[in-house]
Amino acid sequence: MSEDSGAQNSGDLFSKFDDIIAMREGLLASGVEDPFNLVMEKVLSPTRAICNGRETILLGTYNYMGMTFDPDVIDAGKQALTDFGTGTTGSRVLNGTYQGHKECEEALREFYDVDHAMVFSTGYLANLGIIATLAGKGDYIILDIDSHASIWDGCAMGNAEVVPFKHNDIEAMEKRLKRVPEGAGKLVILEGVYSMLGDIAPLKEMVAVAKRHGAMVLVDEAHSMGFIGENGRGVVEQAGVIDDVDFIIGTFSKSVGTVGGFCVSNHPKFEIMRLVCRPYVFTASLPPSVVATAATSIRKLQHAGNKRGHLWENSKRLHKGLTDLGFQLGTEQCESAIVAVIMPDLERGAGMWEALLKEGLYVNLARPPATPANMTLLRCSLCAEHSDEEVSTILGMFERAGKATGII
Amino acid sequence: MDRAAVDSKIRELIEPFNKKGVSLKDETTFVGDLEFDSLTVMDFVAEIEDEFDIIISMNQQAEIENFGQLIDSVTKLQG
Repeated sequence: MSEDSGAQNSGDLFSKFDDIIAMREGLLASGVEDPFNLVMEKVLSPTRAICNGRETILLGTYNYMGMTFDPDVIDAGKQALTDFGTGTTGSRVLNGTYQGHKECEEALREFYDVDHAMVFSTGYLANLGIIATLAGKGDYIILDIDSHASIWDGCAMGNAEVVPFKHNDIEAMEKRLKRVPEGAGKLVILEGVYSMLGDIAPLKEMVAVAKRHGAMVLVDEAHSMGFIGENGRGVVEQAGVIDDVDFIIGTFSKSVGTVGGFCVSNHPKFEIMRLVCRPYVFTASLPPSVVATAATSIRKLQHAGNKRGHLWENSKRLHKGLTDLGFQLGTEQCESAIVAVIMPDLERGAGMWEALLKEGLYVNLARPPATPANMTLLRCSLCAEHSDEEVSTILGMFERAGKATGII
Repeated sequence: MDRAAVDSKIRELIEPFNKKGVSLKDETTFVGDLEFDSLTVMDFVAEIEDEFDIIISMNQQAEIENFGQLIDSVTKLQG
């Protein structure tokens, strides 16, 4: 049921953006600081920066494990810059595979205890490439309606039939699997943690249902790596289904603390993806310094039990503290390191966002269409490097800003 | 189910989604006339899929703009 388009088009291809231009102008006219144009002039640590001239606590960076300033990680990056230069200037399948890319894939294979690992230039490209390449004409993709944009774009780029089901609804998923024509290939796509509300998927049940119907399963674990599951392998590990999952997609831009994406798998034919996956082939590979920092960080994450524990303590404390203050949160219990605070509407959400920024706290303002059910959210993501004291400070800021803007 | 039967069943299913009581003709559009947003489309499609035990993939949905096209597609998809 496609959008109506073209009717009022006077030849200016930009007229399709008039609604969003008006929305943005309306928001800025109310005098609020632009939530989508924040500049960090200086970054002091994984949890502190100078933003728009103010010293600010960072509570919306996905820098879950605080690896961005780890001395060993920084040293590895500097050494690679010196030894291998600033960039590869090439595709992974031509001149863009250096020793560091192989070492990074080796670190991933060890981290996940799998046979194959393929590194992409971003997490977005990993989803785009794997999904669009795997599911072809006549195949069916069954996916959660709240999937990340990179998953939807992977679906749009491929030729498979795309069938969404209601968020985290096991029965709705199974009904759709049952209706797929006999003999058609099936790919079920799920996420471990859904980044908007910070809720996790019932993977134990869902993966079992998918396997019962003969589907391959891909799980995006972008928001769980390093701290969910005994070895930090994600919700798939916590739910005890990691061996039944065919593909895990992940990113270096959250817990790992740099940029890049990957897919790991035990499929015996997996390596052929390097030749047939266009978002892998037709783009330049990651710079040597980036893969060196990623590999070092991944190896350190394998032994980060204490940090992991502290991250969970921080997340649970913030979740409980905000609940006690009277804020409405995306989940009843703390399920991940994302705590989403539900705002009544965009205008008041932007007001609260600005009040927090003036208190010295940065969170993400998330709005439709990125959010489920047209919600406006203030999304907080904790870091293992937030101190107990900082969490107390953060709660105080929320209380003052919430009262000042009438949210609580 | 023939086209007429599909038509009357879908008229029943659409009722709770047709908040303004727009009168339904074959050329009534979902986005324009009925003002369905993407969430409404998802819930409405799920209702039809469950009622007729069919899949209407996103690819097929993209081709369906008005009520008549929906009836045609569902009649055919029951196959």
